[in-house]
Amino acid sequence: MDKYKTPMLDELEKGPWPSFVTEIKKARNTSSMPEMADDELGQVEKSFQTKRGYWKHGGIVGVLGYGSGVIGRYSSLPDEFPGIAHFHTYRINQPSGFFYTSKALKEICDIWDKYGSSLTNMHGSTGDLILLGTTTENLEPLFAEYSSRGWDLGGSGSAMRTPSCCIGMARCEWATIDSMAICNHMTQHFQDELHRPAFPYKFKIKVSGCACDCVAAIARADLSIIGTWKGNIRIDQAEVKNYADGGMDIQSEIVDMCDTSCMTYDGGELKINDEQCSRCMHCISKMTKALRQGEEKGATILVGSKAPIVVGSLISWVLVPFIKCDDEGFEKLTELTENIIEWWDDNAKPRERLGELIEVKGMRPLLEAIGVDPQPQQVKEPRKDPFFFWAESDFKK
Amino acid sequence: MSLPERQTDVGPPNYEQFLPPVIKKNYGKWKYHEVLTPGTMVHVAESGDEIYTVRVASPRILSTETIRDFCDMAEKYCGGYLRFTTRNNVELLVSEKAQLDPLVAELKEKKYMIGGIGPRISNVIHTQGWVHCHSACTDASGLVKAMMDELHEYFTTKSLPNKVRLAVACCVNMCGAVHVSDIAVVAVHRKVPVIDNDNVGKLCEIPTTVGSCPTSAIRPNPKDKTVVINEEKCMYCGNCFTVCPPIDIHNPEEDGVAIVVGGKIGSLRTSPKFSKLAIPFFYNEPPRWPKVVDAIKNIIDVYAANAKKHERVGEWIERVGWEDFFKLTGIEFTFQHIDDFTFMRDTLRTSAAFKY
Repeated sequence: MDKYKTPMLDELEKGPWPSFVTEIKKARNTSSMPEMADDELGQVEKSFQTKRGYWKHGGIVGVLGYGSGVIGRYSSLPDEFPGIAHFHTYRINQPSGFFYTSKALKEICDIWDKYGSSLTNMHGSTGDLILLGTTTENLEPLFAEYSSRGWDLGGSGSAMRTPSCCIGMARCEWATIDSMAICNHMTQHFQDELHRPAFPYKFKIKVSGCACDCVAAIARADLSIIGTWKGNIRIDQAEVKNYADGGMDIQSEIVDMCDTSCMTYDGGELKINDEQCSRCMHCISKMTKALRQGEEKGATILVGSKAPIVVGSLISWVLVPFIKCDDEGFEKLTELTENIIEWWDDNAKPRERLGELIEVKGMRPLLEAIGVDPQPQQVKEPRKDPFFFWAESDFKK
Repeated sequence: MSLPERQTDVGPPNYEQFLPPVIKKNYGKWKYHEVLTPGTMVHVAESGDEIYTVRVASPRILSTETIRDFCDMAEKYCGGYLRFTTRNNVELLVSEKAQLDPLVAELKEKKYMIGGIGPRISNVIHTQGWVHCHSACTDASGLVKAMMDELHEYFTTKSLPNKVRLAVACCVNMCGAVHVSDIAVVAVHRKVPVIDNDNVGKLCEIPTTVGSCPTSAIRPNPKDKTVVINEEKCMYCGNCFTVCPPIDIHNPEEDGVAIVVGGKIGSLRTSPKFSKLAIPFFYNEPPRWPKVVDAIKNIIDVYAANAKKHERVGEWIERVGWEDFFKLTGIEFTFQHIDDFTFMRDTLRTSAAFKY
């Protein structure tokens, strides 16, 4: 049954953790092109034996009218592994929150078995539902089958990348913004930017409902939208007592770990000095039955995070400390996003991410371009050296 | 055989059609949740309605056969509703409590691993590796499988001071938030790339190639229509290879992986943190990378023995100091640990007070 001997990969079918090797082997059972998974096994085994990959740089392939969503992938050993001479990636834009019905997922699987390798990533790092391995001639049929059923392509290349989000209000008491609705809205709003790469480089948007940041927006999105609130934390003292009775050491686990030392506990009542609270989510996440966020809800907008390429990794910086995300806020958030992207698109060199551009230009030109005032919430500390710019407008008073 | 009519720019389907009725009804009105076991939890709404979640491990690379199996179980126990987490776990959403135990029983019978909720190790974020990427200098899925075969009890049963987020990136492009993980493996090159001078002029844009280098180590050689690399400046990031394939960065004998630690994403207690270098290099040892797995196990053991409850790896290290991290873990401190890249000046010690 096995086309190749794969002793190293077979070793990775042993042990308790689910095995990707088993998944690749299973793909041979369902795909109309079982030679794909077979040759994939053969080539990956060769990589394990020789400690190097055998994939060429992506070529330019895609579907008519789109520049995004399909990543060309070719084996560098097509004579040895003809089944994966073409092994392109097809990115399906996932629904917000990665929710599916079995009916919809099975339909996606049926089409993929017919036109592809039967292998997937559920999901890719950016968030798309990734279909791994198809041929150039199957791309248009795949697109016709999927798009006619409402499944569009995600982003790739120098384009808006597929936005993604946490589960938010669907199943989390801590979401202060409707992260799934914002994500869906942004995705629909930027369809052209998503599908036709016209930016200096990639642009990522991620939305998390609170500072726990389950979608890692602060670490890997050019635009990080993170839920927060204003107003006092609502305390249920009876539930505080239940936590204490249940064995929680409220002093050491909650009060002593508070980032701003704004809590006190006398063995009976838990008190919070809300003016000093930085809304970090530690106490709320540990005492979810006793503590609830304040009632004025919105988001903090941060910008610039990215992985190390080119000049070092960045975590996003605060741009707008608080923006409401009600219906009117949605409009403002969209306009703000458009303005940030426009400033970046107008000023960035090729392959320069937003965070890198801000480092080159400074924060001021961006703040002025989008009409946001300088605020202490945007910095950890003010500058230390007495070198600074003065603009003409600073002299008029 | 005719194809259906294609549509363009319709975007993803609206998520609302995929939400279980109990979620639709209580959307934005959840009151609290309780972790029932390492792999199950219940969310309770203000209305008193409940939804139960069962979290299952996944290798992320899934065959359609396995996806269908999850779908079948969702139909049997969950009204057909399921989802995936941002860390690629599968979540089965149970609206009727009576269905919870039978679902868990079927999952266990089929040898699926249930867990990952709370102060544990959840699914590992990882990249494509040799399975599907041209720029990989290790295999991501293989490393994850080897690591989690060793650490799986921290997914299913055992607990830690807080959650430990693991990640694997098969090159420094880091498709996945490796740079802000508690413990992560990142593959690195260590040798200056070899230039195929005959093809650079044919396949590459010279200014883009020169501009791709973060250390300005590349200059043009217009006479021969190629580029020259200053070997003293090159830090082997491979970005030149990304924009110009004839500059080959791969060196199977000298490529390998580094381990970074202490990163964190949430703003809880302390600000989000980058992961920092713990161990600069291990050779690739497929299929199971035993030295890498041992090193990660050691860091987790030392963290579990020394951190306070709720402290993440990075918070524990910052409390005791990096001097103590190296002492407690027995990891050797090398020249590679002292930063000499972009943000160097923020990392050197500026105090006469420190530990031995």
